[in-house]
Amino acid sequence: MIALSCKNITYRYGSKPALDDVSMDLEAGRFCALLGPNGAGKSTLFALLTGLLVTNEGRISIAGFDMAIDARAGLAKIGVVFQQQTLDLDMTVARNLNYFAALQGLSGAGARKNIDAALDRLDMRERAHEKVRTLNGGHRRRMEIARALVHQPEVLLLDEPTVGLDTASRLAITSHVHDLAASGLLVLWATHLVDEIGDQDHVVVLHEGKVLVRDTAKIIAGAGTLTDAFIAMTDQVKAA
Amino acid sequence: MMPYLVSLRAIVMREALRFFNQRSRFFAALVRPLVWLIVFAAGFRAALGLSIVPPYETYITYEVYIVPGLCGMIQLFNGMQSSLSLVYDQEIGSMRLLLTSPLPRWWLLFCKLLAGVVVSILQVYVFLGLAAFAGITMAPLGYVFVFPALILSGLMLGSLGLLISSTIRQLENFSGVMNFVIFPMFFMSTALYPLWKMAESSTLLRDICYFNPFTHAVELIRFSLYESFNGAALIWTVVSFAIFMAGSLIGYDPARGMSRKKAPVGK
Repeated sequence: MIALSCKNITYRYGSKPALDDVSMDLEAGRFCALLGPNGAGKSTLFALLTGLLVTNEGRISIAGFDMAIDARAGLAKIGVVFQQQTLDLDMTVARNLNYFAALQGLSGAGARKNIDAALDRLDMRERAHEKVRTLNGGHRRRMEIARALVHQPEVLLLDEPTVGLDTASRLAITSHVHDLAASGLLVLWATHLVDEIGDQDHVVVLHEGKVLVRDTAKIIAGAGTLTDAFIAMTDQVKAA
Repeated sequence: MMPYLVSLRAIVMREALRFFNQRSRFFAALVRPLVWLIVFAAGFRAALGLSIVPPYETYITYEVYIVPGLCGMIQLFNGMQSSLSLVYDQEIGSMRLLLTSPLPRWWLLFCKLLAGVVVSILQVYVFLGLAAFAGITMAPLGYVFVFPALILSGLMLGSLGLLISSTIRQLENFSGVMNFVIFPMFFMSTALYPLWKMAESSTLLRDICYFNPFTHAVELIRFSLYESFNGAALIWTVVSFAIFMAGSLIGYDPARGMSRKKAPVGK
């Protein structure tokens, strides 16, 4: 089942295109890395997918809902982890997640059940009553992911979620998110770090607003490594 | 309907908790009007003679005159403070969180606005309590009648803050708002001097003050504190609110507003 589909998306800031004719169809249950150097257009694509920006060039559909026609139904199916922190540092984890559940229209026992389930998925339930300020960077990121799962979305978007974390925390988070994909979610993980991507993961390489290639990491890497293939591809564009 | 009320309650509670957690903000919000009331008014009392104009039925002292204006000032500063925190929220992620909720954007912005109004009304009542303690009291019903007036004036001033926040890209630009919005709005209004007094020095200034929506918010508060009704002020306040709110909705509409010109962080 196609969980997220983009067809011929173009977006410009003024006259400069940030995304140029981007298309992709991504199936449920996959971990898909959106790989691109800084400034490739990853955040612009995320802003379009989440309705923070709109374009009239191209179509986006999430879980079957066309974002131009029924953006609200589409948004209800997306969980987003932004680059920036969204949790209020002076409130407990539980209160933060309750606030988010309410923004999704959830309350009472239903909300509590979803929050517990989301915390369990990230192994963070025992920290529910701690203030966010007392958590370390890795745990805060995990909480952000738990927050994005509270309304049980079908698509999880993560915009460079491991920025600023140490190696152990990065590994823990990438492994947790791979598990989420295995449980049936479509995960779209924007990154410029090749080492976060496994051989079987799907990769969309975005560079200067264009999709250069879309396949599994193993096939893109060929005989060499994904890093080499990625550098060669982006250099080629520069040379051309 | 439930999801709407659930989100409203959550947004208002969060804003109120934030406010009480920031004690310094709470005290600053109270000290400012108290300084005006105690220091400024004491100095001006001798310089300014006030004649009897509605809603007053007798001679009043200057301290009594400026109390409604200071209530307005609390709401004006609060509106701008909310606007500042919205700009800050845009730089961190929590505004994105709000705007990617599946509830309609106009509703979420309205909830945010109403949350600011609730906080401002709490401050106004604490200020009125302190003013009463200092001997400036109203009739008991005045404190009741002022409540709907404060909701309206708070909505109007809050929506102005919302409109401003939709046009500002960075926190650094906010000092301009102080210079070009708060001070002119406050000083060119009936908060500190009545219109007829203003006309004595300049009729042009009087006219500018008359067209300032803040003047009408203050008059609405003033009349209701004295259990009377000012229809013109009500209409001005409601119409200004409608215009500012419509402007904010356009400003926050991703297809049309200023957000289109903003590149997301990390583009």
